[in-house]
Order: sequence, then C-alpha cells, then structure tokens
Amino acid sequence: MELIFEKTRSGRRGVTLDPLDVPEAPLPAELLRGDPAPLPEVSELDVVRHFTHLSQRNFGVDSNFYPLGSCTMKYNPKMAEAVAANAGFRDLHPHLATTPAGYACCQGAFEVIYETERLLAGISGMREVSLQPIAGAHGELTGVLLIAAYHRDKGHRKDTIIIPDSAHGTNPASAAIAGFKVLQVPSAPDGTIHLDSFRKVLNENVAGVMLTCPNTHGLFEPEVRKIADLAHQADALLYYDGANLNAIIGQCRPGDLGFDVMHFNLHKTFATPHGMGGPGSGPVGVGDKLAPYLPGPRVVKVDSANRSAGIPPASYKLATPEKSIGRIAPFFGNFMIALRAYAYILALGGDGLREVSRHAVLNANYLLARLKQAYKPAFPSGFMHECVLTLSDFASELDVHAIDVAKALLDRGFHAPTVYFPLTVKESMMIEPTETESKLTLDAFADALLEIAKLARQNPQALHEAPQHLPVGRLDEVKAARELNCTYI
Amino acid sequence: MNPQHLKYSQNHEWIRDDGVVFVVGITDYAVEQLGDITYIELPEVGLDVAQDDDVASIESVKAASEVYAPVGGRVAQINQRLLDQPEIVNKSPYEDGWFFKLEDIERAEFDALMSASEYESYLKEQ
Repeated sequence: MELIFEKTRSGRRGVTLDPLDVPEAPLPAELLRGDPAPLPEVSELDVVRHFTHLSQRNFGVDSNFYPLGSCTMKYNPKMAEAVAANAGFRDLHPHLATTPAGYACCQGAFEVIYETERLLAGISGMREVSLQPIAGAHGELTGVLLIAAYHRDKGHRKDTIIIPDSAHGTNPASAAIAGFKVLQVPSAPDGTIHLDSFRKVLNENVAGVMLTCPNTHGLFEPEVRKIADLAHQADALLYYDGANLNAIIGQCRPGDLGFDVMHFNLHKTFATPHGMGGPGSGPVGVGDKLAPYLPGPRVVKVDSANRSAGIPPASYKLATPEKSIGRIAPFFGNFMIALRAYAYILALGGDGLREVSRHAVLNANYLLARLKQAYKPAFPSGFMHECVLTLSDFASELDVHAIDVAKALLDRGFHAPTVYFPLTVKESMMIEPTETESKLTLDAFADALLEIAKLARQNPQALHEAPQHLPVGRLDEVKAARELNCTYI
Repeated sequence: MNPQHLKYSQNHEWIRDDGVVFVVGITDYAVEQLGDITYIELPEVGLDVAQDDDVASIESVKAASEVYAPVGGRVAQINQRLLDQPEIVNKSPYEDGWFFKLEDIERAEFDALMSASEYESYLKEQ
C-alpha cells in the first residue's frame, strides 16, 4: 500500500485555519526555515482513509485470538473504557493537584489512586503500593531501587542480585541499571529452581533475589518459601516479578509466600490496554521493610478530625515518605490506566478474580492436552497459565522450526505464540490463552496447530514459505535488525 | 563435525593453540542455536580477562548472548571484520568467523578444556 507521503498531491490540505483575528507578529528571521517542511499534502478524507486502512491491517485482541506467552493478552472489557471516558476523570489536568483551589477538584481522582493501591495491596499481601511506575520494567527498576535504598540505609554493602536463567530479560537489565551485578541461578531439568543450586550462588553480597512465580516456564516454584527463608537469612530481599500474576490471582499472595517487593502489570493481569504503545502501568508493592522508601508524593487519607473546612472538605492529601527514593514518574503515573484496573477489580470482585486464575490455568492445560499428540511439552508437568512446547524434534527431523509454525499460524488467523523464549528451551513456543477465550476458540487454535504439525511432515516447504495470505510475506529479520530505517525522507 | 585440533568449553567456545596466541570462536552448535547473527561486539585489545568472563556479545534474530573467555589471558587481537559482517560467523564459525586472540593464557585452564570427542558427548547431554 502507498505511504501517506506517496499520496501527496501538491496544494491539498487537511486543515483550515480560522482567520487571523489578532495582529500578526513576525517570527525572527533566524528561526524561519529556508525550505518548506516536506510534509504530506493530503485532504482530511485522505488521512482518514489512510489510517482506517492501516488499522484494518492491525492485529489485536479485539479482532483475533492472541496467545502470546508471557504477555497475558486478555480482552480489555469496554466497561472499563466507559468509566475512563467519564469527563470528570478524562478532563482533569494533572497540574490541578498542585494548585490550592484545584486540590479539591482532585479528591475523586485521589480516592481512585488510594483505593486502587489498597485493593492491589489486599490482592498481593503487600503492605503498601505505589501506582507511580508507568510500565512493568519501570516497576522492576523502582523495586530494585527500593532494595538498594534499604541496604544503603542499613549500612549494608551489597552489590549483587540473583536472577534465574529463566527470567525475563528486563530483570537483569533493571538490576544492572540500578548498579547491581547479576548472578544467574540455573533451572533444573524439571524447569524450576532447586535449593542446592540456589545455595551455591547465595552469599553475603546478595542484596536481592528476583523471581517470577509461576516462572517463565509456566511452572510454580515449589521451593519458593524455602528460597525466601534462605534469602532472608542472608539479609537479601525477595522480589516478585508480577508478569505471571494472572496464574495465581485470588489463589495465593506473594506477600504470604515471603516476597518483600513486587510489581504488577496492570496491562496484563488487570485487563488494561496492552502492547505497542500501551500505555502500561507497573505499580510496585512492598512489605514492611521497604514501605518507608516508596516513591512520593503519595495519596494519603486525612483523619476526619483534621479535615480542612474547604468545600468540599479534603479527604485525601499528598505526602512524601521521609526516606522516599523520590519521584520516579511525573504526576501520578498513568492514572487513566490505574482507573481502568480499578473498575476491572471492582467489577469482578474477589470471587471473579479467583475465577480469572482458575480459567487461565484451565485453558492453558486444555490446549496442552489437545496439542500433546503432536507437540512435545518442554517440561514433564506442572504448567499453570501458559504451556511451553519444544519443537526441537521438528527442527532436527524435518528442518521445520518454531518460526515456521508461528508464521503458518498467522495465515490461519491466529497471532503466533511467543517463540524462542524462554531462552532455556530449544525451539520454544510459549502459549498463553488467558481466561477470556471460549472452548470454541481454543479448539479452533488447537486444530490449526495440529494441521500444521501434519503439514510439517507432508510438505515442510509450505511452512518455510508461510505466510502467504497476509499483506506481507516472510520478512527479512536480519535486514530489519541490521539496516533498520524508519524514515521516508 | 567439530574440528579435532581444537579445545572446547561448556559455554560452546572453541580455542586453538597457534603457538604464541590462542584463537577463540564459537562452535557450530552455538551458531545453530543463535540463528542469523545481526550484531557482534568485541573487546578492547589489551584487556585482561579471567576464565568465564563475558568478553564479547552476540545479537541474533532469536536472542542476545555473550561469548565467554574459555581461559584467562590478555586480548591480543580482535576480528574487526565481524563488526561489519557478522554473518561470517554463520558461514565459517571455525575459520574466518573467529572472535579474538588471547596471549599469556592460563595454561592449566587450557589443558583442562574438552577435546572434540568430549565436546561431542557433552552436546549429546544438552
């Protein structure tokens, strides 16, 4: 299809400016450009059609099944969008909270922040939550900065963070950006961390341990309580990466498992919009040890005895904890995303959230049961909300790789699962259906994968050439990585 | 097949005794796991390295990964061509696709590395 620049017709305009009704003020000559900017010259209708056509080529959870492992691409209920469209929230200016008169107008938004933090604390078993971090990895970085602040305050000299080899790449990146060395702990053949290998890497320099549970193999870490005890004996803090919270929400709580700090991905577990522009939200939760260091300012409740006499009286105010690591995002984080998550949590309630994790785990295991006849699970048992397959036999026997199967799925109307992650599994394919899909959809997806497995034996070349029925065929990933050029001019 | 005259590390590097210097690269198995390589970062010449230090990094269409020093020593030379043409490693992992050369190496560490046949059995367990 033509780029917007290629649709240019000289002199076409999409905007009509109002007539000038103030005296014209000439710009200084040195600020004027010599040549006109080479912008597309198109009409409003050209623009509308161009971007409508682009959007129709988009692939989203609103149009198709999207079982991208480790990403929890669940449906975003429109009820939460309706709440977020409420003008009382939508039109709030973030600077209102900094003016004395505006402060009163923010009380409703403050209540949403306060109550969302309390709900997330209850769900996770953490003492306090901050909504400031604006993405999952940002929540990780905040959590690691809190760990650093704690040890600094206690006078500990610790420079290392332990991370399993199955972790998301963002874990070591967050630890390294915060100035820590990273020590890797290997997974055992069953896909979990064994206490012996953990003991080997644990020492007095370890400031923290970052775990994902269930881990990125989709397996619950059976020794998590003992790992917590060992870490705490070494005065190291335990970090919970909330990427896979969807598997356990309402069933168990990271705080009860011994975790000291965690992040939530509201855009995963709490059904807010996700991916390719988000915006995301990665609130951080902490137990007693780290609560004094949380980012500020925080929304706190005012005792009814101390309420101001303003109209309306202020029930909430802003305060920064004494030992706070300070601001880690402008204003209050991605407030509108937290608002959607708040609506989602209230709409589902405790029973609904328990159903979320039950169905997420059921759906993943249903798919695994159907796929097992043709595909090999990467680990013998214990998958929770996602299952990991290894296509290493396809690769060695048929020269059909995970990428070929992924591309063939695109032709059949499904988003491909995650491939080549986790790195610990050869030719891995990681499928996370989430709780929002029906048995009908799961069956259609399983049928497609089984048909592809059959095709791999009959006509592997057909898979190497997939996709055939999309706007673009097989893309040259090497060229995209080495010669990326996103500019037209 | 992995060449007989090389020694191998558990991290899938090979090392060749060229007399004064020791040449280091990654094995065919490692290349196969990585897929098409898109970027390579190499160490500074003169860098002192200990065994298992990460000294170079590789990005491929599938993953990013490190190259570790199979033995301690000092970086004597790097393969500049890889910076512009990382695909050389995919084409010729044991010859043109070498990464760096080490001097003043820890001889005992070199002697303890795997032979080609030991590496073959090690791969079977992977």
